[in-house]
Amino acid sequence: MTNHPIFTDNDPQKETFILNLGPTHPATHGVFQNVLVMDGERIISGVSTIGYIHRAFEKIAEHRPFYQITPLTDRLNYCSSPINNMGWHMTVEKLLGIETPKRVDYLRVIVMELARISDHLICNGILGVDTGAFSGFLYLMEEREHIYEIYEEICGARLTTNIGRIGGFERDFNDIAFAKIKKFLVKFPPILKEFEILFNRNRIFIERTSGVGAVDPETALNYSWSGPILRATGVDYDVRVNEPYSSYQDFDFEIPVGTSGDVYDRYIVRNEEMWQSLRIIEQALQKIEKEPKGVFHADVPEFYLPPKEEVYNSMEALIYHFKIVMGEIDTPKTEVYHAVEGGNGELGFYLVNDGGRSPYRLHFRRPSFINYQMYAPMSAGMLLSDAIINMSSLNVIAGELDA
Amino acid sequence: MGKLNNQQVIQSLTSAFGDRISVPSEPYDFLTFETSAENISEVLRFLKEDKELKFNYLTDITGIHYPEQKLSIGVIYHLHSLSNNVRVRIKVFIGGDAPHIPTATKLWEGANWMERETYDFFGVIFDGHPNLVRILNVDDMTVFPMRREHPLEDPNRVDKKDYFFGR
Repeated sequence: MTNHPIFTDNDPQKETFILNLGPTHPATHGVFQNVLVMDGERIISGVSTIGYIHRAFEKIAEHRPFYQITPLTDRLNYCSSPINNMGWHMTVEKLLGIETPKRVDYLRVIVMELARISDHLICNGILGVDTGAFSGFLYLMEEREHIYEIYEEICGARLTTNIGRIGGFERDFNDIAFAKIKKFLVKFPPILKEFEILFNRNRIFIERTSGVGAVDPETALNYSWSGPILRATGVDYDVRVNEPYSSYQDFDFEIPVGTSGDVYDRYIVRNEEMWQSLRIIEQALQKIEKEPKGVFHADVPEFYLPPKEEVYNSMEALIYHFKIVMGEIDTPKTEVYHAVEGGNGELGFYLVNDGGRSPYRLHFRRPSFINYQMYAPMSAGMLLSDAIINMSSLNVIAGELDA
Repeated sequence: MGKLNNQQVIQSLTSAFGDRISVPSEPYDFLTFETSAENISEVLRFLKEDKELKFNYLTDITGIHYPEQKLSIGVIYHLHSLSNNVRVRIKVFIGGDAPHIPTATKLWEGANWMERETYDFFGVIFDGHPNLVRILNVDDMTVFPMRREHPLEDPNRVDKKDYFFGR
């Protein structure tokens, strides 16, 4: 057990003690264990232990065909599963050289931005709870429910969505889905505004968060941070802009950045990103109007499963169905890296393909895993209560941390 | 954005290292080359600290296993030059039961857990790493599970034999 501090120090003169925070502490919102050496209320040092919900996704992925890996990606960052799903589909499309129609890209953008909003809602809502303000969280959770209802209308699932297929979507968005998205765009902004009124200039909230966990950009880059917490330090790195995917280059939006990288800045950056996401969704809805109706997947019969009625009634569809399911279609022997801007940062998929039915090697570049490693070093010197809100503003999701 | 392109990166790399790096390829416009365990520290340092290239961001470190090769374990680095918006992938192949490679933690603190993960799954020993212990798997595990010789499921299971499925 080399990873754990050893509890043999029985020195009666000692003034520090060891606090085992987690793995099931209610304030850490997930399975995170930190063994902290404390001097009174102040943390002297800490060791993070992770891996409590490791499920060997990378090993499982080596034994599954491409389309069966999508449900694995759901379970990485389960607060914004659609981003993971889309990221995976786009990785495979890049590998196979599939060009998706513009309408598919815009539909994907809508789903991904909804997922980003729901991810940030959770993080900022929980941050409020951890600083002692419960009401903001309750207002926001109702809105997350509406986002989940939109997912439900699109794909039938709520949390682990498995949205989309390689080449597009499994079915078109129906009228109810569009109506719900439009309703959300009308109803959500006043609630987000009210949330901001509750928190942004709230003296108690500012005193609790401002200056806590401040990180300078050099340190953040040195630790390979990405996502809102990196942007809160002032680095304007966003995969959506640096390497646009899914037609993000067609949209007009801004990357909010902070200055000090403390908990308050991260909160503000996330809030501002939600406003930008709303802008993007509005633009996407307008752009979809101009695209031909009813297009929801690329025309790639070798990789896109045909509808069941066609499988039963047409020879060609049956053949393609068989070939896809049995994995008899040649794929290029090469390697590809594709990154998307997940809720927490750069979510990368490194796929090495040997032409077989399943990937030779698939590695997930998981932002939570990489962001979290600074947690223990940066906690040294903090008050325990500050370390708790620092953790909730890092928005580490256990599923993504442990894969 | 995008002041540099892959060709310029290749030029400065070949002028600095010559034949100590392999001929770069560009699958899907992603600059990829190989080097050896002796040169990797120097290559990484050059890429990070060069005034033009500025590959200051370590995206990822991971491993791969090709059991049929003599140098069977690969360590793969993904670097990103944020100011130039160029990415590069570096592969190092090493061999043996306990393959050794120098650590990158001296250049990037963030390499710490990435290398621990690679050690945990592939058994790559990163020389000079401050705390090279398992990270996701249990501490008393004896194997490196992402190596190809370890099957996904228990091979002694009888309920999943092919003949039950007509294969």
